[in-house]
Amino acid sequence: MPSADAPSPIKADATWHEAVIRALKDNDVRLVVYVPDNVLRPLIDAVSADDFFTVFVAAREEEAVGIVCGAAMAGLRGIVLMQTSGFATLANVLASLAVAAQIPALMMISERGTLGDFQIAQAIVCRTMRPVLESLGIEHHTMTRLDEAHFVVDRTIKQAYKTQAPAALILSPLLTGQR
Amino acid sequence: MSDRTDRQNAMKRNAKVMNRFDLTTRLVSKLKNEEAVIGGIGHSNFDLWGAGRRPQNFYMLGSMGLAAPIALGVALAQPKRRVFALEGDGSMLMQLGSLATIANVAPRNLTIIVWDNGMYQITGAQKTATAGRADLVEIARGAGIVGSAWANDEADFERLVMRALDEDGPWFIAARIDGTAPKQQTPREPVTIKDAFMRGLGVKPAW
Repeated sequence: MPSADAPSPIKADATWHEAVIRALKDNDVRLVVYVPDNVLRPLIDAVSADDFFTVFVAAREEEAVGIVCGAAMAGLRGIVLMQTSGFATLANVLASLAVAAQIPALMMISERGTLGDFQIAQAIVCRTMRPVLESLGIEHHTMTRLDEAHFVVDRTIKQAYKTQAPAALILSPLLTGQR
Repeated sequence: MSDRTDRQNAMKRNAKVMNRFDLTTRLVSKLKNEEAVIGGIGHSNFDLWGAGRRPQNFYMLGSMGLAAPIALGVALAQPKRRVFALEGDGSMLMQLGSLATIANVAPRNLTIIVWDNGMYQITGAQKTATAGRADLVEIARGAGIVGSAWANDEADFERLVMRALDEDGPWFIAARIDGTAPKQQTPREPVTIKDAFMRGLGVKPAW
């Protein structure tokens, strides 16, 4: 396992998903469980093609959080990839498992329903995301800039594991460039 | 109804109605190699607690339906350790998609055991769908878990557990059980439970 205090050499990442993958590798996050989203597609494609990662789809986001919590307790670091509407199904599992038992479940959420989204359902459900994270006291950061992407993911993973707490990384359209 | 469905429903009907605490005790008595056990919310983990403390037990105090997904995560992290999930029928019905996920990921070291009494026992014995036409073994097999079976009686349950310990899975075992309530309840201490489990799995050092 790479040392937690020895990040890979600083370099410019060409894309947001390259920056995310570099941070996942720097922190030995090897399990990726996802419910897909168009915005996440380049990240899902890249981790699926990389032997470093174990990658598979879950039927539901709540199930994916359960899988990643089990893996974390047994010594395998994992992250759940989902979109905003999927996060909206998670209040119970986060409250009663990850927060209650202090398990560092990592989440990456592509933010839909904002900055020009044409789907009214996405726009409405999007407004529930940060209030749910706030009310559960879950550390979360919105990623908007490529030059900050590795830093935000890297530091969030380290803090989640050192403080034994779930954490959420929100991918803004400002970063990912899609609706 | 097709002949096949008739046969399957007959297998469920012909399975003996057993007792969850007795079967849990029989399961635990077979565990000689620090196998992990995830006890689902409510009576499944209360009877696991009552069957005796093991450092490799995780007792779910919430997140109904997630015993099998949590067990899948443990099984992936520690492929040399056998892992069991204990769920009730009401819990399993909440997360049927996880059976399809498990079938596709196909962890060789994972077994799901479902206690089926056809009711939400802890909330007042309201009927679940398995009291009607649903057959969880048929569902698990349809999801792609080939090694899915009803335990016909206690001896058959022990045989299925031994097979799950000795041969590659994933396995799905369903047992019809009665409505006896557990004699003990698990303490509501999630952080203590998690820490004990992580130490029992060798992920955290012993105190």
